[in-house]
Amino acid sequence: MNRLVPQPMFSLFLWLVWLLLVNALDPGHVVLGAFLALALPLFTARFWPDQPCMGRPLILLAYLGVFLWDIVVANLTVARLILGPVGRLRPAFVTIPLDLKNDFAITVLAHSISLTPGTVSAMVSEDRLSLLVHVLDLDDEALLVQRIKKRYEAPLKEIFPC
Amino acid sequence: MPEILIEAVISFFLLLGGAFALIGSIGLARLPDLFTRLHGPTKATTLGVGGILVASALHFSTGGRTLSLHELLVTLFLFATAPVSAYLIARAALHLRAPSDPDKQRLDRTGAEE
Repeated sequence: MNRLVPQPMFSLFLWLVWLLLVNALDPGHVVLGAFLALALPLFTARFWPDQPCMGRPLILLAYLGVFLWDIVVANLTVARLILGPVGRLRPAFVTIPLDLKNDFAITVLAHSISLTPGTVSAMVSEDRLSLLVHVLDLDDEALLVQRIKKRYEAPLKEIFPC
Repeated sequence: MPEILIEAVISFFLLLGGAFALIGSIGLARLPDLFTRLHGPTKATTLGVGGILVASALHFSTGGRTLSLHELLVTLFLFATAPVSAYLIARAALHLRAPSDPDKQRLDRTGAEE
């Protein structure tokens, strides 16, 4: 099982992407998609030296929900900041210490930070121990770091435990 | 009657998406330095494009046409690529020590940590 399907989640993902690409659910495409989803991870296995292990996939759904909600809320905040007096913004760099070890998990965290408005991740340190984030309007540094760690990093740690 | 309702919902999402994309662009023009300007474009792709894509999915899924979920893929690819470009630009700017307007010292501090 493990040798034939090295990355089950990746396969599932590819299969879904294929079905969405053809935008149809006829049996031919379901089979072709399944074939591709099984074949591609096998052929590209060598490009994935450090595979993330999925601990609890269901938390991923909850994470997505929180994430989408945050995008909507924070977009409104940033819209107000942009349209308001620009001189009063307090942009700053904040360093967030990372507990995540896996490269893929760090990538997901950095993407989440960039996509939720008000913050853009700027640099992961060489040793993967901290993430430099640019904040559009910094209110309280400690609060922001704590918020990101609790809201994004903690669930990601459960999803990718290694 | 429901058709008018659906069209109203579609229009709402189109306007919402358009408004946020516009605000993102205004941000690009108004904000003072490179790092703050990064916030505009990465955000316009989230709620701005998101609203337009929801409208598109609704439009092509209703009125006798088959369910259309292409839009999910567009969202997925955008969400995967937009932060990468923002990250690259930010990193290049840090490397070149682009001026960060209001608190230069902070930038210098973080630059020294490199």
